Amino acid sequence: MFAYLSTISLYPLWNSLRIAAIAGVLVFFAGILCAYYVARLPRVIKGILDVILTLPMVLPPTVCGYFLLLVFGAKRPLGIFLQQFGIRFVMTWYGGVLSAFVVAFPLMYRTARGAFESFDENLAYSGQTLGLSNTYIFWRIRIPACRQGILAGVVLAFARALGEYGATSMLIGYTPGRTATISTTVYQLWRTNDEMGAFFWVAVNLVISAVVLLAVNLLERRQKKAVKA
Amino acid sequence: MKLKVDIEKRLGDFCLRTAFEAEEGITGLLGASGSGKSMTLKCIAGIERPDRGTIELDGVTLFDSSRGIDLPPQKRHVGYLFQNYALFPNMTVRQNILCGLHHEKDKAVREKQLETMLSTFGLTGLEKHKPAQLSGGQQQRVALARILVTKPQLLLLDEPFSALDSYLRLRLQLEMRETLVSFGGPVLMVTHDRDEAYRMCDRIAVMDNGRTAAPKKTKELFANPETLSAAVLTGCKNRAAARKVGEYEMEVPEWGIHLTTALPLRDNLCGVAIRAHYFQPRSDRNRFPVLFVREMEEPFEWVIQFRIPGQKEQTENLWWRLPKDRRPQKMPEALGIAPENVLPLYPTEDL
Repeated sequence: MFAYLSTISLYPLWNSLRIAAIAGVLVFFAGILCAYYVARLPRVIKGILDVILTLPMVLPPTVCGYFLLLVFGAKRPLGIFLQQFGIRFVMTWYGGVLSAFVVAFPLMYRTARGAFESFDENLAYSGQTLGLSNTYIFWRIRIPACRQGILAGVVLAFARALGEYGATSMLIGYTPGRTATISTTVYQLWRTNDEMGAFFWVAVNLVISAVVLLAVNLLERRQKKAVKA
Repeated sequence: MKLKVDIEKRLGDFCLRTAFEAEEGITGLLGASGSGKSMTLKCIAGIERPDRGTIELDGVTLFDSSRGIDLPPQKRHVGYLFQNYALFPNMTVRQNILCGLHHEKDKAVREKQLETMLSTFGLTGLEKHKPAQLSGGQQQRVALARILVTKPQLLLLDEPFSALDSYLRLRLQLEMRETLVSFGGPVLMVTHDRDEAYRMCDRIAVMDNGRTAAPKKTKELFANPETLSAAVLTGCKNRAAARKVGEYEMEVPEWGIHLTTALPLRDNLCGVAIRAHYFQPRSDRNRFPVLFVREMEEPFEWVIQFRIPGQKEQTENLWWRLPKDRRPQKMPEALGIAPENVLPLYPTEDL
């Protein structure tokens, strides 16, 4: 057993965590900024943008992967253009950040929008009449007031990014030690009859998910206490 | 210090077209809900943008559509007390008040001003509390302290007592009146409550369906409302259409009587209002027979409904209110009313 474990490379764990963490941070900022600005647009444009930004959530991830390859593929105009700067999303670990970002973004965007919609605009107005800058009001009043919803969005997006398989496998494939993530490794090991290995990574995945959920629960409890105290 | 407002704003079917001036002291905007009171305040504060017009405060133009001036709320020096006080829920009392002092770079000065505010408003000891842990009255004081620490040139109060129960309301009105008098600058207060308006305001402008009448001294407005909307908002229970028939005499067809007034009537007289308190069983002026319909007892008054024998069908019963100690044993068969208590009403456009 231990002999077996010592042969396993932990690269997929490290790779999955960094992809999910980076994608999570990017999704956090992009999601709340889009949620804030889209809500302010004229109705027609808002409706169209809303559909486009939410689409990756309802499309099969493989379709997202297809579109990503269509845009960033090595022989596509944008892909060729980016290659001049040494940026290549196909078959690289940071390509995984891109695919995780696209798939996880709608979760953050939708939850943040819901949270913003229930925000009492009078708080922002009173901040303005007190002379506070709009940036201050956004980060120090609006975001904290909506933190429950935003936190939920971050967790959902992080979990989704961590478990992303379809778009990721299409865009960055599976190269052990280079692009392998936990979910692509599980599939690959299962496919090659390495049941023990697959089980190990499933267990890793379970532990991470449990830790994330536990952390969320603890955070929420602390917040409730802080409000009461 | 003077506030001059002349603005227009369209919102769907509703059109706000308001023009008035407010000086030092407390000016009330009295209107029913949906009359555009809060919208007017928001336009003055810079939260909403009027379609056209001008807003001037103490000679400084805050908004002028023709010159393209539209100062952001941050630069208007206008304090706004929201109906729900809008305290930042994630900040303590101390942090909330410090928000009004963020421009003050000197920490010692900041702390000193904070201390002064806390003690003035009786908030010492509550610095570390979150708004949710405070009572309604405390929340209001924090909100006022947070606004006054910015040294605004104008104060806007949006139904400041509506979130409180009636017991607290009266006490806070007394306290707030003192605070506002010591503030010194112009105060604009929105309310739909006639008692609150009477207690708090030096002058009152009546708002009706997006239009504002010129502010009048509070007592004058209650003594002579002049328009139907002012009569309704100042609580005149008995109203009817009326026509001028003599210099001091009007005919009220709905009630089937003639009434005489103390002041000469204008030709465009359109109605009459009589306060429920002003009927007198013994007066022989404007005396008419009455039929009692029903009565109801209140803690200190009787509310009595009656009709006049010549009154048209399907018109409302008339209301009479009288203190308990003045209630006659037997209901009188006729009531009178002093000519100065017959309030003539005129069309709104002519004022």
